[in-house]
Amino acid sequence: MEKDIKLMKGNDAIAEAAIRAGADAYFGYPITPQSEVIEYLMAEQPEKRTGMVVLQAESEVAAINMIYGAAGAGKRVLTTSSSPGISLMQEGISYIAGAQLPCVLVNVVRGGPGLGTIQPSQADYFQSVKGGGHGDYKLIVLAPASVQESVDFIKLAFDIAFKYRNPVMLLTDGVLGQMMEKVEFFEQQERKKEDEPWATVGKAGRGHRNYITSLFIKPEKMYEVNLELQKKYREVEKNEVRYQEIDTEDADYLFVAYGTTARICQKACQLAREKGIKVGLLRPISLYPYPYDAINKLADKVKGVMVIEMNHGQMVEDVKLAVNGKLEVGFMGRSGGIIPTPSEILEALENKFINK
Amino acid sequence: MLMEALEDLNLGDETIGVAPVGCSVFAYHYMDIDMQQAAHGRAPAVATGIKRVMPDKTVFTYQGDGDLAAIGTAETIHACNRGENITFIFINNGIYGMTGGQMAPTTLENMKSSTSPYGRDLKSMGHPLKMTELVANLNGVAYATRQAVHTPALVRKCKKAIVKAFKLQKENKGTTFVEIVTNCNSGWKMRPVQANEWLQKNMIPYYPLGDIKK
Repeated sequence: MEKDIKLMKGNDAIAEAAIRAGADAYFGYPITPQSEVIEYLMAEQPEKRTGMVVLQAESEVAAINMIYGAAGAGKRVLTTSSSPGISLMQEGISYIAGAQLPCVLVNVVRGGPGLGTIQPSQADYFQSVKGGGHGDYKLIVLAPASVQESVDFIKLAFDIAFKYRNPVMLLTDGVLGQMMEKVEFFEQQERKKEDEPWATVGKAGRGHRNYITSLFIKPEKMYEVNLELQKKYREVEKNEVRYQEIDTEDADYLFVAYGTTARICQKACQLAREKGIKVGLLRPISLYPYPYDAINKLADKVKGVMVIEMNHGQMVEDVKLAVNGKLEVGFMGRSGGIIPTPSEILEALENKFINK
Repeated sequence: MLMEALEDLNLGDETIGVAPVGCSVFAYHYMDIDMQQAAHGRAPAVATGIKRVMPDKTVFTYQGDGDLAAIGTAETIHACNRGENITFIFINNGIYGMTGGQMAPTTLENMKSSTSPYGRDLKSMGHPLKMTELVANLNGVAYATRQAVHTPALVRKCKKAIVKAFKLQKENKGTTFVEIVTNCNSGWKMRPVQANEWLQKNMIPYYPLGDIKK
């Protein structure tokens, strides 16, 4: 079969991937730098292609609750937003996690705090990986580093979300959302035909009613539900860790970076090797669950670990946990929409570990 | 009564109800149908999500006045304005019952509550909100009515209104909105009979019963 290759903007590609992944509905609210997702969907009219519903909500608060309702009906649903909008969704995300509903969320991150800037950033790492909303819950977080991965991970995210009945977030940023790259699309997937046994679709033919809730007023019951969630998260940690190692076999130093900064670090590795410094890269693909073991193993082989982020040091805390005191962990970050360059990344590594 | 209406229309098996936060939060314990519990104020958005992916099913929200007329005003107005084919059951007792009798947007002038202990002062606390009149102005709303249930005759009338709302929903006519003015004798700190008398004397003149849009 002929390959379906297109040159596409990241946000448009996410929208197309959602249609092809057999999504039943998209609910969203415009916010820069990700508004192209809903614009693409409205122009494309997927209701005519696959029957997928697209609705512009009155706010991110409404959008995430529409997601809750449709996910509670067992449908494949997604929303996309950017940092301030994702903050507004946090209450709903906590309810979705508490009620154990599958859905896909995309955060095309921009710089903060507050209204911040519309330029790219990775400052929402803590919010995505460590909680964001209230209560003891986890989002499964995937960090694409290309338009191609943005597309592939939309499909993967739906599979994981339904496997664990858990929300899955794609943590991308303004670079990945706005840039154009070559992308190969997967085939159109069929929309779900069968109802989930737990979904609220009307109790006809079932003999008992279903209800979707995150309310467990009795302490014993709430504790039991929390233990059930924890058990699920341990399964996720066992099965869903994803990462990529580049040039780590002979590396003396290691960069750890995800998404856009991982792409930039690849170039920094190249510059380093041209100077005779053997540097490798570990790129976490799943930010929760985190590749602690892989980093811990590499810490036995290298002389220093350098974490690069577009923020002032968030993921570096997880790298330190992974390294567990074996080595010094350096950090270099830029924020506010300023993207670190390969040469300044290399310089930071040299200053930290080589020229000291 | 709500369940009777669904039963009379033979809709119970294909209905999904949404109960948000407030005294309605345990509604799913009393209704033997599929239900979703929603965040405070967000029932209309949750119901929109459900209805949009299953347009053939019957969907309703069961919301109190704090939920629908304060924290969820935006979701209420926009769901009505889009003409979502859902039915709102809006329980107006002029008070936040679940949290212990605080002032609601619907609390009457001079009415005492735990957060208006000297009575609602219109100048500093605003005016009691007439939601049904407000949403009746929106083009997406097919039917807006105000009912009550403190006498047997009114109960029968109210049930008819609910049946009409569900019938209109099945005919895809747009949003249907049934307000029910009722008491909260514990929150009002009155005996049940006394609360009904107070409701008739004070609530009904401000919240007159009947169809506002039919």
